[in-house]
Amino acid sequence: MTFRDRLPGLGFELNVALRFLLEGRFQSLLIIVGVAAGVAVVAYISALVTGLQRNTLEKTLGAQAHVVVSPPDERVVPAMPRSGQAWVLSDTQARAQRLRTVADWPAVVTALEHREGVAAVSPMVAGAALARRGEATRAVAITGVEIERYDRIVGLRKKLVQGQMRLSPGEAIVGMTLASDLGVRVGDRITVDTGQRSETLRLSGLVDLGIKDLNRRAVIVPLRSAQSLLNLPGGVTQIDVTMDDVYSASRLAADLARELPQKVESWQETNAQLVSALNAQGISTLLIRVVVMIVVVLGIASVLVVSVVQKQREIGILRAMGATRAQILRVFLLQGAMVGAVGSLVGVLLAVGLIWAFTHFVRGSDGLPLFDITLSPRMGAQVALIALVAGVLAAVAPARRASRMDPAQAIRS
Amino acid sequence: MSLVQLAGVRKVYNPGLPSEVEVLHGIDLQVQRGEFAALIGPSGSGKSTLLNILGLLERHDGGTYRLADQSVDGLDDDGLTRLRRETLGFVFQFHHLLPAYSALENVTMPVLMRDGRVSAVLRERARGLLDAVGLTQAMDLRPAALSGGMQQRVAVARALMLAPALVLADEPTGNLDTASSDDVFALLRQMHQQVGTSFLIVTHDPRLAARCDRVIELIDGRVATDRDTHLVSG
Repeated sequence: MTFRDRLPGLGFELNVALRFLLEGRFQSLLIIVGVAAGVAVVAYISALVTGLQRNTLEKTLGAQAHVVVSPPDERVVPAMPRSGQAWVLSDTQARAQRLRTVADWPAVVTALEHREGVAAVSPMVAGAALARRGEATRAVAITGVEIERYDRIVGLRKKLVQGQMRLSPGEAIVGMTLASDLGVRVGDRITVDTGQRSETLRLSGLVDLGIKDLNRRAVIVPLRSAQSLLNLPGGVTQIDVTMDDVYSASRLAADLARELPQKVESWQETNAQLVSALNAQGISTLLIRVVVMIVVVLGIASVLVVSVVQKQREIGILRAMGATRAQILRVFLLQGAMVGAVGSLVGVLLAVGLIWAFTHFVRGSDGLPLFDITLSPRMGAQVALIALVAGVLAAVAPARRASRMDPAQAIRS
Repeated sequence: MSLVQLAGVRKVYNPGLPSEVEVLHGIDLQVQRGEFAALIGPSGSGKSTLLNILGLLERHDGGTYRLADQSVDGLDDDGLTRLRRETLGFVFQFHHLLPAYSALENVTMPVLMRDGRVSAVLRERARGLLDAVGLTQAMDLRPAALSGGMQQRVAVARALMLAPALVLADEPTGNLDTASSDDVFALLRQMHQQVGTSFLIVTHDPRLAARCDRVIELIDGRVATDRDTHLVSG
């Protein structure tokens, strides 16, 4: 007895499954087109939504940290409530929030850097000031940072449009709109006045932060300059953190809020509406995918059921010739798998075509693609695998029916 | 030991229902290796049922059945299928070839089923069989391109492919004209001579039955007569 006798493989089943599919060419084509359409829709929608979400997140998070640690808000401490029958009517005015430092910030920065999942940590002093050059005055936001650390948070290097990414003492990087408002170029000087102090700074670079308001107001200076301008010697007003995985920010924020006596906010909290929009989008996509897959399964199943009835006599012949029930079962399961495989291959190609069309023909007002969508190999493979499994699942009922057919009756028919 | 041993075999359709009917009432029958026998009888006599039971396509409800020294009574579906594949070949009235396969592929199908592939040696054997049944030129044609007689020749070659101990033929010439019918019958006899396989042929045609070595007549689910034509004719 050779190895093949004991383990005959699927030679027979593959052969018959393929031949049956080729024989019913129109039917096979019909269900492959159905599967392909389903797979294409699912793959395209998935790619579109993933691209859309990534684009939205990039735009939103590109200029902001994932987690921000800042001093707790100052509150008015309420008077001690009186006991007994007395009623107190009180109206307390909220306190003005001064600039305050994050307590013990160097230790907090070091601790954050050693956390798992943290990509970058940047201490920062932020405050308001006026920028002046000659007659022009503009309200600006001073951001005092260590340039290398800050770059890792917002990717400043990529946003530089002119000059160098350098912040020596007495230098500043400003938004490009602000520079044109003040009529300055790299190398020129502007005066920054916080009301308490003022300093003249030399422009070392101009940046495009992607948002007009930021470009009009951003003045990035060395940490030490900001500390002295805002009268916060040795302090920082917030610590920015970026994560390797954007979505782990809320978990880190929750952990930190428990451990530190500071205010900790994740981007999810500051952008709550965005998060719920993304969630709603995710759920809708899932729903569409599930419904389309159910339709695909039903489509494959119904065509295979018909095929089993049509092939009744052939099944009977095969059984009479010595095909086991298991072999017949596998013939039809394989048909489902083949239809799923071919359909998903065509579907993925179709989706790639749709995506190409989208990125080439759908353009924003600036003539550039609205956003970049691609079907990652991983997602393509995932969708194809789901379709393959769906094909086999769809074939289960028809295959069982075929395998249980009474050969004597099938031949007589 | 006989190839086929039936003892008191009964078959009941629709047991327990008002339509319950017993079509075989205790059949005793033996077929020896190398026999060439006809099974005749009027419509409704239970010929087809008996053939299906002999062919392991239906189960009997009482009695015992031994095929090729193996008891059939307790076998499950897979056991029946395996025994059928190893021991039996079929030729049906309506030739029942697979329309999607060529003549050659139809003949090698039992091999593919058993081994998962068709070795060169066995493909050669299939060609040899098709040569022997006179279809050298038609091997790569599909059944639809063949005449009824040619299709039945393919079916005979297929039935013999795995060298079965017994070939069961259900009205093998039933829908052929007289000339083709004589042709196919001559082929069956010829193959019987060459390969030594037993043949059991169900037929309505008394002319054909008379040309078999043994004629078993079934009437109302019982073996009415069972005679050896050689002894009669001398």
